[in-house]
Amino acid sequence: MSTNRITQLFERKKDAILSIFFTAGHPSLEDTVPIIQTLEASGADLIEVGMPFSDPIADGPTIQRTSEISLKNGMSLNVLFEQLKDIRKTTKLPLILMGYMTPVFKFGMEKFLSKCKEVGIDGLILPELPLEVYENEFASLFEKYGLLNVFLITPQTPETRVRKIDQASHGFIYMVSSASTTGAKASIATEQEAYFKRIQDMQLNNPCLIGFGISNKSTFQNACKYASGAIIGSAFVKALEEDKDVVAATRKFMETLR
Amino acid sequence: MAENYFKKYPDTKGFFGAYGGAFIPPQLEDEMQKINDAYFSISKSHKFISELRSIRKHYQGRPTPVYYCNRLSEKYGGRIYLKREDLNHSGAHKLNHCMGEALLAKYMGKKKLIAETGAGQHGVALATAAAYFGLECEIHMGEVDMAKEHPNVVRMEILGAKVVPATHGLKTLKEAVDSAFGAYLEDPITTIYCIGSVVGPHPFPMMVRDFQRVVGIEARDQFMEMTGELPDAVSACVGGGSNAMGIFSAFMDDEECSLYGVEPSGRSLDPGEHAATMTLGKPGIIHGFKCYMLQDDQGEPAPVYSVASGLDYPGVGPEHSMLKDLGKVHYEHVSDKECIDAFYELSRLEGIIPALESAHAVAHALKYAKNNPQKSILVNLSGRGDKDIDFVVDTYGLPS
Repeated sequence: MSTNRITQLFERKKDAILSIFFTAGHPSLEDTVPIIQTLEASGADLIEVGMPFSDPIADGPTIQRTSEISLKNGMSLNVLFEQLKDIRKTTKLPLILMGYMTPVFKFGMEKFLSKCKEVGIDGLILPELPLEVYENEFASLFEKYGLLNVFLITPQTPETRVRKIDQASHGFIYMVSSASTTGAKASIATEQEAYFKRIQDMQLNNPCLIGFGISNKSTFQNACKYASGAIIGSAFVKALEEDKDVVAATRKFMETLR
Repeated sequence: MAENYFKKYPDTKGFFGAYGGAFIPPQLEDEMQKINDAYFSISKSHKFISELRSIRKHYQGRPTPVYYCNRLSEKYGGRIYLKREDLNHSGAHKLNHCMGEALLAKYMGKKKLIAETGAGQHGVALATAAAYFGLECEIHMGEVDMAKEHPNVVRMEILGAKVVPATHGLKTLKEAVDSAFGAYLEDPITTIYCIGSVVGPHPFPMMVRDFQRVVGIEARDQFMEMTGELPDAVSACVGGGSNAMGIFSAFMDDEECSLYGVEPSGRSLDPGEHAATMTLGKPGIIHGFKCYMLQDDQGEPAPVYSVASGLDYPGVGPEHSMLKDLGKVHYEHVSDKECIDAFYELSRLEGIIPALESAHAVAHALKYAKNNPQKSILVNLSGRGDKDIDFVVDTYGLPS
């Protein structure tokens, strides 16, 4: 049996997997660890920690804003790894780091992966990392450090490419619900359901989690009909800004999903 | 001419050596592939090429002339020639790739052109192209830049473009890129993002270069016709690097010809005071591609400055990054002060007011001519300076 916590999660749980995204260092620099711990205590299955970047082109206004605040708070990869250095003493949930290539490239890919392993990260989501570059340059490094790379697919991704991504993936596939930026949308439109259905019918080797536009209990439940679970991001970070106490805010938000 | 070079670079994944590529969110992957495929089929078709040729001749007023600077050469030594892109319709080389991108958009059945603009030059050129083809045009521009470059905002609006203010962060070029990408991601099917230089993810650096090659092809022929030989040196300013790639491209196989890319060293080479990306940058990733980049120790794009807004960019085209490593192009820098001096020298000795961007290349040529009195230098005068006159006179005054 794999020792990677993401793999273990998907072996253990087949549906309604709840993954929560938030931006590290937001609302305050030191909120990263308490948010992770509270998410675990309130029923999240998987946590995606966003590494802030100043040019978040794939993100909507909410994550753009939280990234900006986090950078202003002094967040950086060095600070993040320092914050997470004891996280495995308290947290058992699989942890993923998600972010843009620029800071990772600057940090150095191998050094980055080795730090991830050191603090107990299980996987990475680097949406801008092309599949071919990953395969040619980095796949063996990911393996060396026991990390999974999560690829994204969108409604426009051709079927052949979806198959290729499925083959290169270990863990799960991040299914972007629409060709748009992150941020809460009202509901899942009909054409999206057709896309979800199409992917479901392809019977991929990897489970899928649906992200973008999942903001509350009903959109989460609806997404779960078509995939192993879903990812909530912008709606959660917005909720964090509405309460001075992030622990209370996290609990309150997680309760609305029950 | 240089055909082997163009077959080799970029490779099929869009890499110029170690630079370039497409580091983009997956929402854009498929659309970039479609643009790439369309570019390869449509742009090689006879119909596309003859339409673009006709536009260049009858609408843009091409070929633009090469001009020998008599008085300037007399004063500084050497032989200084200008490729007059300032005489291209709308006043700069930018329209060359905007017409190409817009024509491609039309053939692809797109309805709307989206782009960012810093000082507004690319926005004006794209708005011009959109008006010509009857396409919608949406230009994203930082709120701060909109106030500073108000006449260009008005020009875009007269041309029928919608100018969308970017209101977050520093409200300048970087935020305009975020804002424009966001709008593009909302509807990548009927819109097309028209990048303003030889930057961004593949295939844009290649496409923009190819559309700008006309500058070099014309200039090389014209220079040969005028002088019976090749220039000893070719000089062009580099921000993203579109005008420089345009003119350099024709001289790639000419060993005897030295190529100079000129960057702004602004007020000084201290952090935040310049945009000398090639001189002080390190390889990094910005806006979807790998290149030399000015960045802080976290990898964040560093704040940059130049008196010329069009050179004010922390990255640079991937092809330039490769040409630097290959030693094929020499990258030098020119300060604000040298730029302003050259701006007035060209105005007063030749009656040509250059754009501040182009004045950097002129300043370099003056230095080159002084040091090489026996040699010839061809400068790409990429744009006219009307947009800069108020700023220059208000800030620096008139020379006595």
